[in-house]
Amino acid sequence: MTSLGSALLALAFIAAVSAAVIALLGRNGERRWIDLSRRVVYGFCALITVCVVIIEIAFANNDFSFNIVQQHSSIETPTFYKLAAMWSSQEGSLLLWAWVLSIVSSVALFATRNKLREIVPWATAVLMGVASFFTGLMLFAPDVNPFAGLSPAPSDGIGLNPLLQHPSMMIHPPMLYSGYVSLTVPFAFAIGALITRRLDAEWIRSTRRFALIAWTFLGFGLLLGARWSYTELGWGGYWAWDPVENAALMPWLIVTAFLHSIMVQEKRGMLKVWNACLIVASFSLALLGTFLVRSGVLQSIHAFGDNTVGPYILALIGVVVLGSTALIISRLDDMRSEKRIDSLVSRESVFLVNNLLLVALTAVIAWGTFFPLISELFTGTKASLAAPWFDRYTTPLAILLVLFTGIGPLLAWRRVSWASAKRVFRIPLAVGIVATIALALFSDAAHKPWALALFGFAAFAITGLGQEFWNGASARRKISGGTMAGALIAVVSRNRRRYGGYIIHIGIAVVLIGIAASSSFQTNRNVNLRPGQTTDIAGWKVTYLRPTAKVDRLAFTAGAVLRVAWNGESFTLHPDTRYYRPTGGESSGLTGFFDGESDSDIGLKAGLAQDFWTAVRPDIAGVQRRARAADKGFEECVKGAPGTPAQCKAVGALMKAAAANPKLRPVALAQIERLQSLTAQSIAKSYLAESPAATFKVIVNPLVTWMWIGGLIALAGALLALWPSRGRRRGALVRTEADAQKEAKYREIRDAELDHASGKLSDHDFALLDAELRKEAVAILDRVDGNGNGNGAHANGHSHPNADGAPEKLEQS
Amino acid sequence: MDPQRKRKIRLVVALSVAVLLAVALIYTSFSASTQAKEPSQLLNAAPGTNYEMTGTVVPGTIRKRGEGIAFRVSDREGEKTAAESIPVTYHGTVPDPFRGGREIVLTGAMQSGTFVGEPETLITKCPSKFTTKTND
Repeated sequence: MTSLGSALLALAFIAAVSAAVIALLGRNGERRWIDLSRRVVYGFCALITVCVVIIEIAFANNDFSFNIVQQHSSIETPTFYKLAAMWSSQEGSLLLWAWVLSIVSSVALFATRNKLREIVPWATAVLMGVASFFTGLMLFAPDVNPFAGLSPAPSDGIGLNPLLQHPSMMIHPPMLYSGYVSLTVPFAFAIGALITRRLDAEWIRSTRRFALIAWTFLGFGLLLGARWSYTELGWGGYWAWDPVENAALMPWLIVTAFLHSIMVQEKRGMLKVWNACLIVASFSLALLGTFLVRSGVLQSIHAFGDNTVGPYILALIGVVVLGSTALIISRLDDMRSEKRIDSLVSRESVFLVNNLLLVALTAVIAWGTFFPLISELFTGTKASLAAPWFDRYTTPLAILLVLFTGIGPLLAWRRVSWASAKRVFRIPLAVGIVATIALALFSDAAHKPWALALFGFAAFAITGLGQEFWNGASARRKISGGTMAGALIAVVSRNRRRYGGYIIHIGIAVVLIGIAASSSFQTNRNVNLRPGQTTDIAGWKVTYLRPTAKVDRLAFTAGAVLRVAWNGESFTLHPDTRYYRPTGGESSGLTGFFDGESDSDIGLKAGLAQDFWTAVRPDIAGVQRRARAADKGFEECVKGAPGTPAQCKAVGALMKAAAANPKLRPVALAQIERLQSLTAQSIAKSYLAESPAATFKVIVNPLVTWMWIGGLIALAGALLALWPSRGRRRGALVRTEADAQKEAKYREIRDAELDHASGKLSDHDFALLDAELRKEAVAILDRVDGNGNGNGAHANGHSHPNADGAPEKLEQS
Repeated sequence: MDPQRKRKIRLVVALSVAVLLAVALIYTSFSASTQAKEPSQLLNAAPGTNYEMTGTVVPGTIRKRGEGIAFRVSDREGEKTAAESIPVTYHGTVPDPFRGGREIVLTGAMQSGTFVGEPETLITKCPSKFTTKTND
C-alpha cells in the first residue's frame, strides 16, 4: 500500500505542475487550455483525496508498515483519535495542507469558470505552484514522505501523545489549516489581477467569499484552541502570546482588515494598493505560521522537534514576499484611486481607521513574536518578551477597535450629516455612558480603567448594532407591513452580508467583554490541602473530601473529590491527573505505570457570571517509591532467592522456559502483565490509605463563558454572511462580468435605500447619492447592451418608492 | 486650505504617529525583555537580574520541597548529568508534560547559587508533536 500511495502522490505532483503549465498556455484567454487546466486541477484534487483516504485506512487498520501509523498510533489508540492522528505528524500535516488546497482550488476555479478569463490562468498557475511546492516537499524533502514504509512491520505503534487525545484534536488543526490554505485563493487571484492589470473590483467580488471563509476557519480554529488549552492543559489560561498562537492570530487580524478595506475598493474604487498589500501580507503570514510550527526557531509551548522542511518554507515565503512586492511596485500606476474620501465622517474613513488599528496590532504582535531573533541580531543574546509587554500594547488597541465596531455600522458611506448622526448616535452613546458610570459606581471595575473603558465601549457598540436591526426592521415594516419579527427576518435575509457582519461585530464585542473581565478580575491561587481540610478562595469554600485512585491498562489516575460552596449553593468536582504508561516499547516494570505522560482532567463549574476552575497535582512520591520497591522485589522473586513464595517460583520457571522456547514468550509476558497489574492495583490503593496532601490550582474566572458565547455569535454571523443568496442557490452562478457589475451596483443602491430608511442618511444626502449611483448603474447597463434589463423584468410584487425609471427589483438579492 | 495641502498634513500626522508608536515599541521591548540563558551561562550571572532559562531537566532530580519543587537543569546540548547542571526551585503547579529529560523555559533569578523561578512562568515543551529525530 505504501508504494501505491507514493505513486499516487508522485502522480499528483505531476498533475499540479502540469495544471500550472497548461494554465499559462491559456494566458491569452484561450478557452481550451483554461478548461483543460481546470480539469487537471480536479484530477489533482482526486489524487490527493485518494492519498488521504489510503493514510486514514492505514490508521484505521493499524497498518504499522506505514511509518506514520507506527509513530503516531497504536492498537490501543481509540478509533476516533486514530483518524485524527494523521495531522499530529509532520508529513500528515503537509498532506492535509495539500489536500485542503486542492479542494479550495477546485471550488474556486469551478466558481469562476465563466468569469475573469484573463485572471484565471494566472491564478491557476499560482494555486498549482503552491500545490506543487507542498506536494514536492513530501516527495523530495527528507523524512516527510507520508508513505514512508517500515519493513518488517512492527507489531504495535508508539501511540498518539495522550495530551493530543482531546476531541478538539479532530477539528482544531484542520480548522486552522483550512483557514491558512483558503487564503491562497484571494492571494492567487490578486496576483493574477496584478499581472494582467485587471485591477478593478472584479477579482475581489469573485474571491471575497474565500477571504471570509478563511477568516471564519481561522477564527473558529483560534477559539477552539483557546477552549482546548482552558480545559485540557491543567493551566487554566486560554491565551499565552505563544509564538504559534500569534502566528495564527496575525493573519486573522490582517484578513479582518482586508475584509473591510475591500468593501471600500468595491464601492469607491479606492485603496487598491493597500488591498493588494494586505492580501500578500496575510498569505505570507499564513505561510509563516506553517513555518514556525516546523522550524524550532522560537521557543514555544507547541514545541516541535528539529526538522528538515523549515528552510524550504522560508524560501517560499521569500519568493512570495519579494515577488509580490516587485509586482505591486511595477503596477502602482494602474492602481490609482478612482475617487477620494469625501468626508472624514463616513464609513470609508472609519474603515481606514480600523485598518490602521488592525495593522498596528499585527505589527506589535509580530515585533513581540520575533523579538528573540531581533535581539539576537542586535545584541547577540536571545531575549524574549512576556505577556505583560504584549498586553500593554494590545489592550488599548483592542479597546479602540471595540469602539469602532460600534461606530462603523452607524455611519453611511460617503458622507454623514450632523442631523442624522445625532439621530443614530443618541441612544447608543447614552447607554454607553450610563453603563460606564454604573459599573464605576457599583462594581470593582473602577480600579481597572482599561476594563471599564472596554465595557463602556462594548455597551455602546452592542446598543448601536441592536438599534441597526431595529431600524432596519421598522423601515421594512413601513414598506411591507406585517409583524416586527417578520420584518426583521425579511430585512436580515435580504441583506445577509450587512447583517451577518453586524452579528459578527456583536460577537466580537461580547468576546472582548469576556476576555477583559476574566483577565482583569481573575482570582488565581495554588493551595495545598490534606483530605478533610477546607480553605476559602475569593468567597468560595473549598473542601478536599477524599482522594481517588484507579489503575487500568493505560494509566494510573490519582484524583480528588472536592466540595465547593458559594452563596449557599454547593457542588462537587472530581479533578484528577492521569499518568499514562509509555506505549510502544517493552513493559518497563511497575515504575513504568507512573513514568509516562501525565494529563490533567480539570474540575470545572461553568456559569454565566463566573467559572470555578480547578486542577489537582497529587503527591505521588509515595506511590513511586512503592512501585520501585515492588519492581526490585519482583526481580528478586524471579531470581528465586531463598524464601520466595511459590507463585514467584512458578513465574521464574515460566520465564526460563520462555527464554529457551520463543513460543512460550507470549504466555510468560501475559502472566507477568497480570501480576504487575495486580500489584499496581494494590499500590494505587495504598495512595488512598496514605492520603497525602495535594496541590490544587484554583481559578475563579468572571464572565469567561461569554468568550465562548461571543465566539459562537460571531460564527453564526459569518455563516449568515456566507450563506449563498437565492440566485446562487438556483444555479444562477453562471454570470458574465457585466452582470456581476450590475448586481454590485444594484446592491449599492439598495444599501443606500436601507441607510436612508433607517435614518443614517438625511433626505438631502440620499437624493444626491441615489442620483449618482443611478447614473453609474445606467452607464453599466449601456455597456451590457440591453440584456441587463431582461434579468430584472419579473419584479416580485413590491413597487419601489424611488424606482423612477431606473432598475427595478431592488429588494431581491 | 487647499485639499492637496490638507492631505499632506494628514499624511505627516499619520506617519509621525506611526513612528512614535514604533519608537515606543522598540524602546520598551528592549527594556522589558528578559535575556535567555542556558544553565552553564547562569553560573556566573549577576544575582537578582531576571533571566529566561532554557534547558533540560536532569532525570531523577525532581524533589518536593515544601509547597514547591526543586530540581536540576542542564544545558540542552550538554551532558544530562547532575555535575553539569544548576539547582532550581519553583513554587506553584507544574504543567502536565513536566518531567525529567524535558526541555523547559523558566523565568527567574539566581539567588546564592540557586535559580529561583517565578511562579506561573514555567513552560514545558510538549514531547515534540512532530518528531523527526526520536532519541528514546
